[in-house]
Amino acid sequence: MTSDTDPVLAEDPITGEEIELPADVEVGEIIDSPVTGTELEVISLDPVVLEEAPELEEDWGE
Amino acid sequence: MQIGILYSRIRKDEKLLLGELRERGHEVEKIDVRKERFGLESTTANVDDLDLVVDRCLSTSRSLYATRFLDSYGVPVVNTPETGDVCADKAKNSLALAQADIPTPATEVAFTKEAAMEAIEAFGYPCVLKPVVGSWGRLMAKIDSRNAAEAILEHKETLGHYEHKVFYVQEFVDKPGRDIRALAVDGEPVAAMTRSSDHWLTNAAKGGETKSFDLDEAALDLVERASEAVGGGLLGVDLMEVGGTGSGEYTVHEVNHTVEFKALDAASDVDVPAKVVDWLETKAADAADRENGEEVTA
Repeated sequence: MTSDTDPVLAEDPITGEEIELPADVEVGEIIDSPVTGTELEVISLDPVVLEEAPELEEDWGE
Repeated sequence: MQIGILYSRIRKDEKLLLGELRERGHEVEKIDVRKERFGLESTTANVDDLDLVVDRCLSTSRSLYATRFLDSYGVPVVNTPETGDVCADKAKNSLALAQADIPTPATEVAFTKEAAMEAIEAFGYPCVLKPVVGSWGRLMAKIDSRNAAEAILEHKETLGHYEHKVFYVQEFVDKPGRDIRALAVDGEPVAAMTRSSDHWLTNAAKGGETKSFDLDEAALDLVERASEAVGGGLLGVDLMEVGGTGSGEYTVHEVNHTVEFKALDAASDVDVPAKVVDWLETKAADAADRENGEEVTA
């Protein structure tokens, strides 16, 4: 059984290694891969799926 | 209440907002705009029962279109598409500030590199060239010489998207190594901070050091008026001190409509997400009152 404070485990889509995500991770959140440093996007949480995040685009910002 | 969040990337800012909303028991509908379609009368996004939608799109183009469509369906959305339209474009932003008699850096727009060169020479060196759409200090150029100006203009004209051929030239304001970011809700300041750097760009996104700042009367007045000039909402108002630190004289260089606040939350004693959610609750209640009023009079 998992709790709200348990880290979430996921497969790094680039290296295939298992990585830990924060317990409060959100769909749409960007995680820096602890293996490669690549930005990964959380695509879903059940099951946990990560993909390489989109590249920065020119109109992004505030 | 039921709150929709338009997004395409969950930043720390959105996480703070989501955490505060959920903690207060509000239902949150996350709307990833990349997955939705927006028709002339309806959308695939689940917005029918929402009391309010908050635009947190990272992409300016998506922000402008998505809010425009939602607004057309009668869905209450903050910030409004009208505010977004003014804030997203630096030229429109400057015009709105100037029309409201708010001190803002002298600015000219030109459409060819020859005319832009004339504007640059008229301002003298250094002056500043900015993209009309853009953020985080990207593609901003402080131009120190005619040689640099010629090179930058040629690059922009040859390599750039058409928006880079709208040359936005501005006087260089010799600020005291810092500028000021105030977060405001409909003109009422939530908190403010300075952003300091040895570099001429002091944006927090560029690594500027942040520190809490108390707005004086003059700054409070400018924040309120700048907010009103762009149509109000949850805004980041950026000011520079003219005449040195603590001069009490300011110029407002821009107002941001999908404002980031994680740096301000960290720099300030104010619980920024809590204040923002207080305001969202008020906006949702106002929208509900309007809808009820319309039903009564219909």
